[in-house]
Amino acid sequence: MSTSAPQTQNHGSVWSYTTGFVLSILLTIIPFMIIINTWMEGWTLVWFFVAFAVLQLMVQLIFFLHIGKGASAQWNITVFGFMIFFVLIVVVGSLWVMHHLNYNMLPPIEIDSRMREEAQKGF
Amino acid sequence: MSTNTKAIGYHSQTDHETASTDKSLFGFWVYIMTDCILFASLFVTYIVLQGNTNGGPTASELFSLPFVLTETIILLTSSFTAGLAVLALFHNKKRQLVTWLVITLMLGASFLGMELYEFNHMVQEGHDWQVSGFLSGYFALVGMHGLHIAAGLLWGMALIAYVLIRGITQIVTKRVMLWSLFWHFLDIVWIFIFTFVYLMGAA
Repeated sequence: MSTSAPQTQNHGSVWSYTTGFVLSILLTIIPFMIIINTWMEGWTLVWFFVAFAVLQLMVQLIFFLHIGKGASAQWNITVFGFMIFFVLIVVVGSLWVMHHLNYNMLPPIEIDSRMREEAQKGF
Repeated sequence: MSTNTKAIGYHSQTDHETASTDKSLFGFWVYIMTDCILFASLFVTYIVLQGNTNGGPTASELFSLPFVLTETIILLTSSFTAGLAVLALFHNKKRQLVTWLVITLMLGASFLGMELYEFNHMVQEGHDWQVSGFLSGYFALVGMHGLHIAAGLLWGMALIAYVLIRGITQIVTKRVMLWSLFWHFLDIVWIFIFTFVYLMGAA
């Protein structure tokens, strides 16, 4: 075939697609089992899930999207880096601001009920 | 001598076409990255509004995890078969390419069907996007992903027609590659929806 080198590097093999597929199914089933059997709770669970989502993202990037291969790999990764940078600003910034907003601007009724809750707990 | 010039001409034309494919792939990659930012804003909107149920149903009351797991596995499988379609493309096997594309689209259509069924079910029970901030965020995020899937399905159908009519040419190669990039991307977005909307909602 006359389609030349840059593209032939740009796609995987049956092996790489199958590996990616099996890994991504595993990375989906494990968090599902954790939730169904309530093996974890609270912040441990949240961080565990974030880790699994990031792992899943990496599996898909490497085995399905073949990041870092092909003709403009360097530029692809650069734009990817910018995307992550913007996403972090949007996500972390929003969560941070909204958390403080919720914390500092509780409506009076809610503050009242919270104080009563605290009082009932007896500190 | 004449064969020589022909060969040179042929090569420079192929190089030109390859360069154009590479440019398209890069341009499309940039588009996908901007789409990631769009989805990130919808994600964070959803997460911020998640607790604002306004007396309506909460996430853990609404979602059925086994149903969503089935959806997820269907979409993961369709991403895998899209990869196999690209492999068939590079092995120059037209019939295999079309078969994998058809299987991918059928899986994608069943995914979209399940999602629409879920939406319809929720709206029928009165849990639509006007009930609370949580549900507005949910429908905006998951609905946006569904719209992308619908677009991917239409594009895929056009591709199949194109492959059947033209066979595997340079342009067809380029378009199948762009489409597969799009399809894998939607799979990744769904993984995040599955984790942060459904699993965490149920926790």
